[in-house]
Amino acid sequence: MNPDVALPVLIPFIAGALSLVFYRSLSVQRWIGILGTGALLVASIYLLYMTYTQGIRVMAMGEWAAPFGIVLVADLLGAIMTVLAAILGFAVAVYSLATISRDNIAYGHFPLIHLLLAGVCGAFLTGDIFNLYVWVEVLLVSSFALLILGGERAQMEGAIKYVTLNLLSSILLLVAVGLTYGMTGTLNMADLVGKLAAVENQGLVTVIAMLFLVSFGIKSAAFPLFFWLPASYHTPPVAVSALFAGLLTKVGVYALFRFFTLLFDHDVGYTHEILLWMAGFTMITGVLGAAAQYEIRRILSFHIVSQIGYMIMGLALFTPLALIGGVFYIMHHIIVKANLFLVGGVVYFLRGSYDLKQIGGLWREKPWLGLLFLVPALSLAGVPPLSGFFGKFIIIRAGIEQQSWGIVAVALVVGLLTLYSMIKIWAEAFWKAQPEAHAERAAQFTAALPTRSLVLMLMPISALALLTLFIGIGAQPVYELASAAAEQMQNPQIYVQAVLGDSQ
Amino acid sequence: MLLAVLSGFILAACAPWLTRLLGDRAGWVLALLPAALFVYFLSWIPLTAGGAAEVVHYSWIPGLDINLSFLVDGLSLLFALLISGIGTFIIIYSGGYLHGHEYLPRFYGIMFAFMAAMLGVVLSNNIISLFVFWELTSITSYLLIGFNHEDKQARWCALQGLFVTVAGGLALLAGLIMLAGAGGSFELSELLNSGDVLRDYPLYTGMLILILFGTFTKSAQVPFHFWLPNAMAAPTPVSAYLHSATMVKAGIYLMARLNPGLGGTDQWLYTLGLFGAVTMFTGSFMALRSTDVKAMLAYSTIMALGTLTMLIGIGTEAAIIAALAFLLAHALYKAALFMLAGGLDHETGTKNILNMGGLRRLMPVSFITACVAALSLAGLPPLFGFIAKELMFEATLHAPAIATVTTVLAVISAIMIMAVAALFALRPYTGKLKETPKQPHEAPPSMLAGPVVLAALSLVFGVAGFLPVQGILHSAVAAVHGSPLEFKLYLWHGVNTPLLLSLLAVVTGLLVFAGWDRVLAVYRRLTFIDRFGPERGYERVMAALVWVAEWQTRVLQNGYMRNYLITILLTAVALAGGTFFIYTGNTVPFGTVDITFYEAVIAALIIAGAIVVSLMQSRLGAVATVGMVGFGVALIYVLFSAPDLAITQIMVETLTVILLVLVLYRLPRFLNLSSTAARIRDALVALLFGGMMTVLILAVLDVEVVAPISDQLVAWSYDEGHGRNIVNVILVDFRALDTLGEIFVVGLAAIGVYAMIRLRAEDKRS
Repeated sequence: MNPDVALPVLIPFIAGALSLVFYRSLSVQRWIGILGTGALLVASIYLLYMTYTQGIRVMAMGEWAAPFGIVLVADLLGAIMTVLAAILGFAVAVYSLATISRDNIAYGHFPLIHLLLAGVCGAFLTGDIFNLYVWVEVLLVSSFALLILGGERAQMEGAIKYVTLNLLSSILLLVAVGLTYGMTGTLNMADLVGKLAAVENQGLVTVIAMLFLVSFGIKSAAFPLFFWLPASYHTPPVAVSALFAGLLTKVGVYALFRFFTLLFDHDVGYTHEILLWMAGFTMITGVLGAAAQYEIRRILSFHIVSQIGYMIMGLALFTPLALIGGVFYIMHHIIVKANLFLVGGVVYFLRGSYDLKQIGGLWREKPWLGLLFLVPALSLAGVPPLSGFFGKFIIIRAGIEQQSWGIVAVALVVGLLTLYSMIKIWAEAFWKAQPEAHAERAAQFTAALPTRSLVLMLMPISALALLTLFIGIGAQPVYELASAAAEQMQNPQIYVQAVLGDSQ
Repeated sequence: MLLAVLSGFILAACAPWLTRLLGDRAGWVLALLPAALFVYFLSWIPLTAGGAAEVVHYSWIPGLDINLSFLVDGLSLLFALLISGIGTFIIIYSGGYLHGHEYLPRFYGIMFAFMAAMLGVVLSNNIISLFVFWELTSITSYLLIGFNHEDKQARWCALQGLFVTVAGGLALLAGLIMLAGAGGSFELSELLNSGDVLRDYPLYTGMLILILFGTFTKSAQVPFHFWLPNAMAAPTPVSAYLHSATMVKAGIYLMARLNPGLGGTDQWLYTLGLFGAVTMFTGSFMALRSTDVKAMLAYSTIMALGTLTMLIGIGTEAAIIAALAFLLAHALYKAALFMLAGGLDHETGTKNILNMGGLRRLMPVSFITACVAALSLAGLPPLFGFIAKELMFEATLHAPAIATVTTVLAVISAIMIMAVAALFALRPYTGKLKETPKQPHEAPPSMLAGPVVLAALSLVFGVAGFLPVQGILHSAVAAVHGSPLEFKLYLWHGVNTPLLLSLLAVVTGLLVFAGWDRVLAVYRRLTFIDRFGPERGYERVMAALVWVAEWQTRVLQNGYMRNYLITILLTAVALAGGTFFIYTGNTVPFGTVDITFYEAVIAALIIAGAIVVSLMQSRLGAVATVGMVGFGVALIYVLFSAPDLAITQIMVETLTVILLVLVLYRLPRFLNLSSTAARIRDALVALLFGGMMTVLILAVLDVEVVAPISDQLVAWSYDEGHGRNIVNVILVDFRALDTLGEIFVVGLAAIGVYAMIRLRAEDKRS
């Protein structure tokens, strides 16, 4: 038994439950918010350390042996994702202290964050496809509740689209899980590896794979399934947007990586070709969507879509290098994307708007904020030596080695257009002088922002920016980690062996 | 070496504080770093004598073959010396030019980062770290060009420069990765020794195009040259630095560097030779048209870049010697001229050459320096520029295949540049003193130090050609050529064709200078240049980009939930259904299913319920009919002996119907807003999706399952799980974690609903 695997799920559950117990005390909830996510961070780093040094960690729930009970499994991919979730959880908890209104905290902001994290970590760590569905439900409902918290009309509109389209994804997932069980009589991922291979009609397995693809494609906001994301991400408080931006779609991407390396690698020529097309269109449509926007959060939201394409491209190319690139890209992206939203929040609290036409003058007034914006923004655009460059470099190199010229060209051009969007934010919000018409509102907002809040916002932003610099300039250890994770993905037998033991 | 390259970045981080601390002396003190670097690089010269190269290796990301390895040979040292040497004067000059400017602290920060990035480009041995520095020069130069960022024009120019160079940079990245793939290494020192392998690479042409796209955009070759004159939106010290020794020379550097590996093919000769020649002509043609002193110099830079590209393309021994001599000559005079132009602007308050005149008495040092530097630009003896130009004519005359084109264009360019040089040196300083926005006087020492020293060097190198040759040119030529060449540089070669061509250029150029006002009038009539130039192309592309983006967003992200749902469902049908069709074709994969009478009745009821509900015009009726479907499902559970499931289902259905009815009671009247066509479309989508699901389930039922885990669960249920009801044991024991999760889901939903009811922003406001 390895309880360390369960801790990243257990800790946020307990923290969430405790927050609910202290529903009436906002300060206690804030403390639990920091301590709970802090503990999660420690536990997840410990788990990653154990997984890296000792191999895949498995814990059978209730000691019912696999494949009969539910197992939690931490391979490197799962452990890495858990650490990333914990980093974001902690950063957003700190940021929330300064930016979330009393009302939102009184109505459950912190418990929802904890339970969202529990759902996300559960999804990353479960080794059972039905259990995965349950975690996806947990995170869906908690994110829905976070999305409507505040009760603005725009929030409602966004939330309805969000929940409807995501429920559709859940239904598809449930159907696919049911059909898989109908074909194989098992739900355990490791057990499925062998049993799916034993199914006589392999064509049918591919069909089921497509159902999973559509379901997770919706979750990860891939083309042409991404509509819910740009419709909703700009509506909640920015701390929540940041958490969503970093984590939610990545659950879908994680699931695609898990399913299309472990379970569905029987017909790569077909399935991964579809993934490759999906990746290309996701990149293009996302980045073009962003080019048409003038609101910081909307620009950033569309870029999430676009960046998902790079990750799927790594999976779709399916060479060792490409998988490394995919994992590297995910690590980079989660940190950078969330951070951009957090910086966007500071811009809002200094200027009173997210609309680029109404704001300006920040480079003159707050040069440090400019630098804190440039680090994640240029990283997102893939400018060396920041983290995004190396992610892109690995994937593009993998593409060139495969001579997949089309997708390589798309990835390069999309990089340029990403830079275009980031420069747009930079030129408008930072370089341009503050437009006169909105100068008064901007000055009021700047004056009304207490230093303490500003410091609380800048702490997580600076920490994430430092991480971005580290992932870039110190890419070697990150590369090694991604490489070890890809190694495990390339060899499903390691996973099967760890879960089912030698009995196979 | 690592410290030498990275010290600029370190100083960049502290420069803003240092500048505030040091006040007026900041420029002189900060210039100590590039000066020290200059001395440091000088100390390497003996090591590279005779074409020797040294590789200094530091591991960075060995897993990806990306390392901080540096290649020190004549070529990289020549560039490093120019970057640090001219950089020293630029830093000093900036202190005077931007004296008291509120942004001077951050200006120095960006400037040092830029300088360090440039050093990285020219010294990197690893092509990926070269690319890293390459992109850093693009970003830092963006920040420098847009220095006066509240000016819309400056922002626009900065974006243009960035966009063009980064677009090229991305192609370059792809090209470099291909290069590494072809040559089997990411290290230049190894790649350059495997030239034959590289030239025989099947994708050589594609790779070359990608790399050249990168170098052409960076070095402002036609048709990408337009960003460079616009980059003059930067403060003059930046322009002087970018144009003389850095930024735009990065592309030239890379082409020269890759010459031993990629050069010597027809593709190389024609692309570089012809694009370079056309660029040379365009630059000088546009320079003559300009009245802005900075624009004049910017276009003459394009001329120089074209010349260098052409010479590298020609690639003969003479051409390589000419290229490096020209490079050195150009760096020296261009930096000096730009700094002088900045002085004029700074002292008179105007950049328009037509508004200046008679400044020679007020600015005597500037005048003399300008004359010397301009003589070198014009290519007149005894300046070093003369030697370079003679060599250039020599090279074009003997170029393989393209000698006529290059020589003709070179002579025409030389004529026009002669006129430009004369204009720059004489027009502002001679004649009558003109009224200018500011009262002119001589520029401060910080702004004269650079021009004087650099102009003096042009003179010294011209008279004593052996100095630069023995110092650095010899080993630089060896690096570009691939093996050492013996040569000497003299002013006097006897009467030969190059000298006659020079003479022709000088005489005609002076005539053009004399009649410049009439030439300008002709130029003004040539408006097509502005209407059809490549810059319009850039604007069109940018406009089209926004247009396509907006169109696509309108089409895809259109705001209608129904469209979103339809798209997703059809995608599912296409992917899953399509795959099913491909793999099973027309054969039905499922056998016959035994259906009992009760099952048939219940199935018919459910289907009927589903059809009725979609046709129903009243909400209440629809809810009731949905209930019928639910109860039908409950009956199926009963049939398959799962009474507890059936009870649960019945309770859920009942509750749902009751709740829905309560809600519906409060809703406005039902309106049918869909057209018939839309309803038919929706029905088709629903049928397709439902039909696909049915077929899939039937197909899966036919798959034989060997030993489902449920067998074991049944066996364990009583003995191990201590429960007679297997479903209960699964829920609370075997799969208790699922249940726990679902309990949280219910709890979360409750929080959400509670918050939705109690916390309404609209209420708060009213």
